[in-house]
Amino acid sequence: MAERCAVIGIGQTHHKESRPDLSLAGLVREAALRALEEAEMTFADIDAVVLGTAPDMFEGVAMPELYLADALGAAGKPIFRVHTAGSVGGSTTIVATHLVQAGVHQKVLTVAFEKQSEANAMWALSPAIPFQPQLVAGAGGYFAPLMRSYIRRHDAHPDTGCVVAVKDRDNGLLNPYAHLHLHQTLDEVRASPMLWDPIRYSETCPSSDGACAMVLVNDANAARVDNPAWVLGTSVRTERTFFAGRDQVNPVAGRQCAKDVYDQAGITNPLREIDCAEVYVPFSWFEPMWLENLGFCEPGEGWKMTMDGKTRRDGVCPFNMSGGVMCTNPIGASGMIRFAEAARQVRGTADAHQIDGARRALGHAYGGGSQFFAMWVVGSERP
Amino acid sequence: MVDVAIVAFAQLPSVRCNPVADEAELVQPVTKAAMDAVGLTQSDIGFTCSGSCDYLVGRPFSFVAAVDGLQACPPIRESHVEMDGAWALYEAFVRLLHGDLDTALVFSFGKCSVGPVPDILNVQNDPYCVQSLGLDSISAAALQARALLDAGKATERDFAEIAVRCRRDAKDNPNAHLKGDFDVDAILAEPYISSPLRKSLCSPLSDAAAAIVLATGDKARALVDRPAWIRGIDHRVEPHSLGARDLTVSPSTLIAAERAGVGRDKVDVAELYAPFAPQEIILREALGLPGEAAVNPSGGALAANSVMTAGLIRLGEAAQRVLDGRADRAVGHATSGACLQQNLVAVMEGE
Amino acid sequence: MSEPLRAPYVLEYTFRRTPGPIMGRFLDGLRYETLEGVKTADGRVLFPPREYDETGTAVTNEWVTLRPFGTVRSWSWVEQPRTDHPLSKPFAWALVQLDGADTSIVHAVDAGDAKHMKTGMRVRVRWAHHKSGTVKDIECFEPHSLVMPAPSRLEFEVYPGRHYTAYLKALEEGRFIGGKSGADGKVYVPPRAADPTNGQPATEYVDLADTGVLTTFTVVRIPFPGQKLDPPYCFGAIVLDGADMPIYHLISGVPYDQIRMGMRVKAKWKPREQWGPSLENILYFEPTGEPDVPFEDYAEHL
Repeated sequence: MAERCAVIGIGQTHHKESRPDLSLAGLVREAALRALEEAEMTFADIDAVVLGTAPDMFEGVAMPELYLADALGAAGKPIFRVHTAGSVGGSTTIVATHLVQAGVHQKVLTVAFEKQSEANAMWALSPAIPFQPQLVAGAGGYFAPLMRSYIRRHDAHPDTGCVVAVKDRDNGLLNPYAHLHLHQTLDEVRASPMLWDPIRYSETCPSSDGACAMVLVNDANAARVDNPAWVLGTSVRTERTFFAGRDQVNPVAGRQCAKDVYDQAGITNPLREIDCAEVYVPFSWFEPMWLENLGFCEPGEGWKMTMDGKTRRDGVCPFNMSGGVMCTNPIGASGMIRFAEAARQVRGTADAHQIDGARRALGHAYGGGSQFFAMWVVGSERP
Repeated sequence: MVDVAIVAFAQLPSVRCNPVADEAELVQPVTKAAMDAVGLTQSDIGFTCSGSCDYLVGRPFSFVAAVDGLQACPPIRESHVEMDGAWALYEAFVRLLHGDLDTALVFSFGKCSVGPVPDILNVQNDPYCVQSLGLDSISAAALQARALLDAGKATERDFAEIAVRCRRDAKDNPNAHLKGDFDVDAILAEPYISSPLRKSLCSPLSDAAAAIVLATGDKARALVDRPAWIRGIDHRVEPHSLGARDLTVSPSTLIAAERAGVGRDKVDVAELYAPFAPQEIILREALGLPGEAAVNPSGGALAANSVMTAGLIRLGEAAQRVLDGRADRAVGHATSGACLQQNLVAVMEGE
Repeated sequence: MSEPLRAPYVLEYTFRRTPGPIMGRFLDGLRYETLEGVKTADGRVLFPPREYDETGTAVTNEWVTLRPFGTVRSWSWVEQPRTDHPLSKPFAWALVQLDGADTSIVHAVDAGDAKHMKTGMRVRVRWAHHKSGTVKDIECFEPHSLVMPAPSRLEFEVYPGRHYTAYLKALEEGRFIGGKSGADGKVYVPPRAADPTNGQPATEYVDLADTGVLTTFTVVRIPFPGQKLDPPYCFGAIVLDGADMPIYHLISGVPYDQIRMGMRVKAKWKPREQWGPSLENILYFEPTGEPDVPFEDYAEHL
């Protein structure tokens, strides 16, 4: 029988395009110390640290858990480093959860970060490697054809991506940690430049400096706070970038991952039983695609849910109440922010973007060519 | 309580340069060999976890390319650590403790032949105060070796004798590539690279890959006659700054060894990841190894050092000796970072 | 009227200043790269120091060491410096408030270009090489960035791997090959180390046509660093005839607003003498003119 695991402390930085006021260590500490403060703990209380970040070339520090060990109070303790591309913030949280659930540790600090301003993400993502096809299409060039496939397959309304952008940016106005605080009208989004047909400028995420941290504990320590977020299920799935007959719009790895995490949480109807979700949407068109992939609706119905306002904070299926990746994207931390924002909802600590009475929430991250998935479901009631 | 064992270990022979294989072509044969050894295929595996480092080949997402060496259709439960494969094994071990899955595949791969490894490892250093000085891994280890000499804990002859012993033992290891009968005095006559380290006191750099299959309880017993039960495994880190540490000791190894239970019983064999000869002295002391323990019978990292893989190979070499009955109790060790900053210790036992 | 009488006249003299105990201590400090302000009776820090504050109240004898960093409170750009100006190249005059000081010092800022000047910008002291105990011991201020340049350069070699090498060699001969594992295996382009469904390496290479169907695409309209083409241009997924998965390449030879999903396309090769082991032997894929492929026939590749 696995131990129960709960979140009792959550911290994040004030995310910005650049945090020149902080070193890499300062950035992770800002988040970690906030999480510890919320848990009424210090580094001395922590048994182990699990760190996640996207490719090391983003900051030019190889295996930064070594450099950051003492900054995170880990000297004399285990520190662990996860890297699963864009899903890393989620995977990192899950590794930390497993340490508690397996009974290895009682109190684990997990941290994810990215300081994009210290380097150039395009350089780090696609250095000119001999024999490799160069990235002729840029960052959105890989995903834009998938959006076109989605639109074609389901005859989706062309405004869907714009509607998501307006909603997420409006949500971000309520979140003081968000990088973008931007009120946009539908017309303004529609009028923004087309970058990678069908993706417009305003339908893309920013690039941010930021970090996120959580304190995860076992049953015996959960009572340190009166509102722990209980982990009801975690799951990861991986599929290959390419294989014959691969459904890139609605990847089977994502569907299986969702089913697995729902099964663990005892959820049979996610639309009814999950009160809100923080889902990795770096381009706004991913919202309808993930609505379907995550089983909130049948294939082809996702864009209708978005257009009908069902994913707004006052809708039946609130998505990205914090403003999501569309407002804040420190890549390596983005997945953990999703997991953490889900936990904030069920703890009732999401402040201005709180969904009243949220009892169960989904956190989601994905990476690579829509091929690495990490998810958790958290709840306000002890399982 | 779930018991977890190593049931299979495979490695590609370490070589100075493998020019024909990319990541997937390293991963496919070695994972297949490990699974074949116990009659499993990827679809039988509950959890898969790998360790590697992008900077080793200078390109992002090398682990994504490695997934192309796996049968990942239908999708698999998979994770990756930007650490030596020994830590991937740790993650898989923890995952199996949940009890819902009964097997795991762990692998790692490293190509040291394509880049300047000592300079690449400088990229692990503090990016504000050390990296720009270009402190390479050999020079960092040399500072540690000097500290050992100054503390009177060892002599340069001791260092050379370790190198000679490792490469002599490696003659029996088909997977090692720097081996044979070396001479202590000849080593002591070599010029210094970064004093007091000479070429023969440093590990060779290798291209290799390794894979391990883990299984729980009855599943492990069904797969092999004599599983190498992991009775304890722990890892610890030390502060990053070399100037904040006593380089002549390894407190992180000491804690990890205590928690893994190294001293609870005899030790027949210990495989230590000491990429520089002087580090073996520090590790032996921290682990509290008894005199009769055979240390690095494979030759250790001084006979083949595929960065990111050599730690997993140490665990595999130790476990293999339990699996095939040559040892009852074995210790495996892995390290990461400059001057043994981070260390992992595992204790494996037969039934 | 005749030319008025005129003659040059130079008023030149080297005064012997006695700056007194307060200014004297300040200027002596500059000689040793020490910056000191003095505290007023009401607790403020004057820099540069004087014997009295702006109300005439005597300052205290309490000194405060300051660091050589400050903030520009006002500035003026001088494109053509005058002879006596502290710098002989374009520079800015500025009021600089050192961190910890309550007043500002007037001095020069060497910023290279007026566009680098901004009220509120951070500056740091640049010391003169030869010091004489005057305010010119501060040669000038210069922009202070929080960013520390940290160059990094590592040299690697790249070996493309066995199967990928075979693929590149075929391209060098103007051919596409795919790989499959077993007789009923799917055809992968490039050939793979492990078939995703059975984990086995490609055991057989098959020749593929350089024609296929465009399944989906994007029109790139954004400029970005390192880009090889001027936007807009099209980038798409092409399932070559005989293959079971798409490759990605540029689509051209037709106005981009006429590009359609399901369009039949063919490789447009570079002149043969320019071929190497590279997908860049193909400039782009262009329409064949054949009828479009029905959606159902390529939907499984999306």
